[in-house]
Amino acid sequence: MPTTVTMTVNGKTVSREVEERTLLVNFLRDKIGLTGTHVGCDTSQCGACVVHLDGNAIKSCSILAVQAEGASVTTIEGLAAADGTLHPMQAAFKEHHGLQCGYCTPGMVMSAVDLAKRNPSLTEQQVRQGLEGNICRCTGYHNIVKAVLAGADAMQAGAGERQPAEMAAD
Amino acid sequence: MANPSGIGASVRRVEDARFLTGRGNYVDDINRPNQTHCILVRSPHAHARILGVDASEALQAPGVIAVFTGADMGADKVGSLPCGWQVHFKDGTPMKEPPHFPIACDRARYVGDIVAAVIAETRDQARDAAELVMVDYEELPAVASSLKALEPNAPIVHDEAPGNVCFDWHIGDAAVVDAAFAGAAHVAKLDLINNRLVPNPMEPRAAVGDYDASSGEHTLYTTSQNPHVIRLLMGAFVLGIPEHKLRVVAPDVGGGFGSKIFHYGEEAIVTWAARKLGRPVKWTSDRSEAFLSDAHGRDHVSHAEMAMDKDGNFLALRVSTIANMGSYLSTFAPSIPTYLYATLLAGQYKTPAIYAEVKAVFTNTAPVDAYRGAGRPEACYLIERMVDVAAGVTGIDRAELRRRNFIPVEAMPYLTPVALQYDSGDFAKNLDIALPMVDYAGFAARKADSARRGKLRGIGLSTYIEACGIAPSNIAGALGARAGLYESAEVRFHPTGSVTVFTGSHSHGQGHETTFAQIVADRFGIPIENVEIVHGDTSKIPFGMGTYGSRSLAVGGSALVKAMDKVERKAKKIAAHMLEAAETDIEVKDGRFTVAGTDKSLGIGDIALQAYIPHNFPLDELEPGLDEQAFYDPKNFTYPNGCHVCEVEIDRDTGVVEIVNFAAVDDFGHVINPMIVEGQVHGGLVQGIGQALYENCVYDEDSGQLITGSYMDYCMPRADNVPSFTVKYHEDQPCTHNPLGVKGCGEAGTIGASAAVINAVVDALSEYGVTHIDMPATPEKVWQILRQGSPAAMAAE
Repeated sequence: MPTTVTMTVNGKTVSREVEERTLLVNFLRDKIGLTGTHVGCDTSQCGACVVHLDGNAIKSCSILAVQAEGASVTTIEGLAAADGTLHPMQAAFKEHHGLQCGYCTPGMVMSAVDLAKRNPSLTEQQVRQGLEGNICRCTGYHNIVKAVLAGADAMQAGAGERQPAEMAAD
Repeated sequence: MANPSGIGASVRRVEDARFLTGRGNYVDDINRPNQTHCILVRSPHAHARILGVDASEALQAPGVIAVFTGADMGADKVGSLPCGWQVHFKDGTPMKEPPHFPIACDRARYVGDIVAAVIAETRDQARDAAELVMVDYEELPAVASSLKALEPNAPIVHDEAPGNVCFDWHIGDAAVVDAAFAGAAHVAKLDLINNRLVPNPMEPRAAVGDYDASSGEHTLYTTSQNPHVIRLLMGAFVLGIPEHKLRVVAPDVGGGFGSKIFHYGEEAIVTWAARKLGRPVKWTSDRSEAFLSDAHGRDHVSHAEMAMDKDGNFLALRVSTIANMGSYLSTFAPSIPTYLYATLLAGQYKTPAIYAEVKAVFTNTAPVDAYRGAGRPEACYLIERMVDVAAGVTGIDRAELRRRNFIPVEAMPYLTPVALQYDSGDFAKNLDIALPMVDYAGFAARKADSARRGKLRGIGLSTYIEACGIAPSNIAGALGARAGLYESAEVRFHPTGSVTVFTGSHSHGQGHETTFAQIVADRFGIPIENVEIVHGDTSKIPFGMGTYGSRSLAVGGSALVKAMDKVERKAKKIAAHMLEAAETDIEVKDGRFTVAGTDKSLGIGDIALQAYIPHNFPLDELEPGLDEQAFYDPKNFTYPNGCHVCEVEIDRDTGVVEIVNFAAVDDFGHVINPMIVEGQVHGGLVQGIGQALYENCVYDEDSGQLITGSYMDYCMPRADNVPSFTVKYHEDQPCTHNPLGVKGCGEAGTIGASAAVINAVVDALSEYGVTHIDMPATPEKVWQILRQGSPAAMAAE
């Protein structure tokens, strides 16, 4: 049975009719048109679909859209500042060449931001273990690890967490 | 002053701005107005006769528009997916080339073979309805392994291929090799398996077909590394669509690693169905489908023997390989275990005589084709394992044995006994750089330290050389390629001095939008921001062969240089006219055109403007515009080469292999963007390490079911499985035959890494008598060896 779900996505309230079986990732991609969140597997292993739900990183393929009723969701499209200034983690990925084909990147960046928020002084080993749920096939992780360490430092240095940009929801 | 965004600068990537903000444009992000969705019904059996397809119930399901079968496509005379490379049997007869229809008609030949296509208003509706399609299968005996497929009473995959043999091919002089073995002081022997892999780009394949009835134009959006190749193959051979009515777009593509080179049936299905229905049709693979239906890689079983004199000089190499082709011939499948494999069996060594025979076999498994490195990793792995075994036989240090047999730099260009002419490379230098990077000399002390901590430690080397920059059309053609392998570029200066480059190469992670722009910026002394690189759309770019075989820079970059040469020649004419000088008096440097010996000069921007405002051009001699196109066909392959060193520690209790140090030294010729090149090496290394330690594609021997069909079962390397790397490159041996002196860097890491890892693992396990372990060296496999305290059980496996 179709049902209506309402949530805040990147700072804007959105409301759509969905089937109950609709996954959050499909809601974001197909109903809201935010195609930055990717689908890379069907077993919740790859992490390409990671978004923030009420401030915590989750795999958006692993919950239903209806479970996010009333929640606040931030996707990769909402991470940069309203004026387009990249989040320090995004900037670090660019600076350290932490992406190649770009497909795992949104999930990787969203996971990395969450990891850095939860661990004020990350080590390389912690980064590697913390990103265990995000698969990248291009980079060999070497530059992702560098980027996350640098991005975490930049976040600590106060460039820090920003308000999600206002997103045009449609 | 050097251009800060020119050649040699680690310019940060242009494409990152969209990828980091979720604004990439991948095929699954594309939705066309009035679009329908396709879900494919795939065979659950590895081998079955299709007695009938009953879609009546599915057609009644909500939202269902159509269910198509092989018979429907057959009625429209849809052709077989073509194979682009013909290999011959030893006696000269052509390979067996059974048809491969987009939707199977009479028989399904692997788990995942397409049996029907369900089209509905939504993807969920199509998926629900696909479950209602009743296919009447008569199960047939199946065979998944190449060895079993060769047994006398094996199930036959194709009636056209008796004994399941696709071809039985060879290269080299068997008699010379036999003679060398007869006189050898030492002979080393090795049996090895190059394990089957699933390429796994993170973006699953997807395709959207669209049709404009008013113009008769078809458009296919597809996850491809080479849109023009798809247009040619699908248009000419499968659907019969003339090229001016078929546009193929490969937008942002989320990795390929070879698996997105090939023309797949799904592309033909959505293109054909879109016309049939008058509505766009979209198909997106999920990961489970990708495991089943993407072309797999590797899957060789080999026996090799090396003859040496008493000093360990290599006299001859003899190799026999059985290659699994899977159920059908994928687009370039026959070339992989032949011309991209056996021709590389000289490696970096002056082995004077080599003979290799390759038997290609059909099985009831997914098609096997190019996967990053494509034949060359298989060659490198075999040679470099062989050299380590040879070191064991002769008692010569592994580094020394390699050094003793290297083709010396003075011998370049060097013709190997397996048909390739290496143009450049200093292999001893690579080794000299690499060994200190891991403190090779200090290994014994580290091993002792590991032993004190209860751990085993091993170190392994590998050297590699690959034939890249694929390929000279004349050579490829002589070897059976049914295509030319040149590349195209167009350089279009706009009136205000900015530039758009149209390239036939395709970028799916390689960063061409940055690297190619650097080449243009460097040549014309303009900022990189003024250069736009366009690729991936056959309606925009000149006919191009796309990206694989580390060819983009070596071939596509060379085409770009050729087009820039033409632009410069034209600009020189314009400058001469404007400066009222003879063309021969115009000197060009960094985009400035100066009358020799004067201060009269023009920048390329001024010239571009005049080119489009030709108020006083002598039109008989000088035409307006500044827009030139070039095709470049390479004279030879390029030969990237290098040396990898891997050091591992093994936990005796768990069998877990940890890579504690990994160094790579590469000779890629000249390097345009060091940051991007190093990134390519890192990624390549992890794919090689993945094969060596983690990844393995397994089919059940009896049922032909894919056992490793998801990320729960197929072990992808993750961030905590791999180390950081120490990588270096040198530019002392540029390619001698292309204008940039570049060799290509995309596959190198994968080609060299597996052998280095396994050589290190075997070294660590040598005290248990181990001389070889097949990939992947999983904890379980290693633990079994440690537990039994002897390699005998493993050898018997």
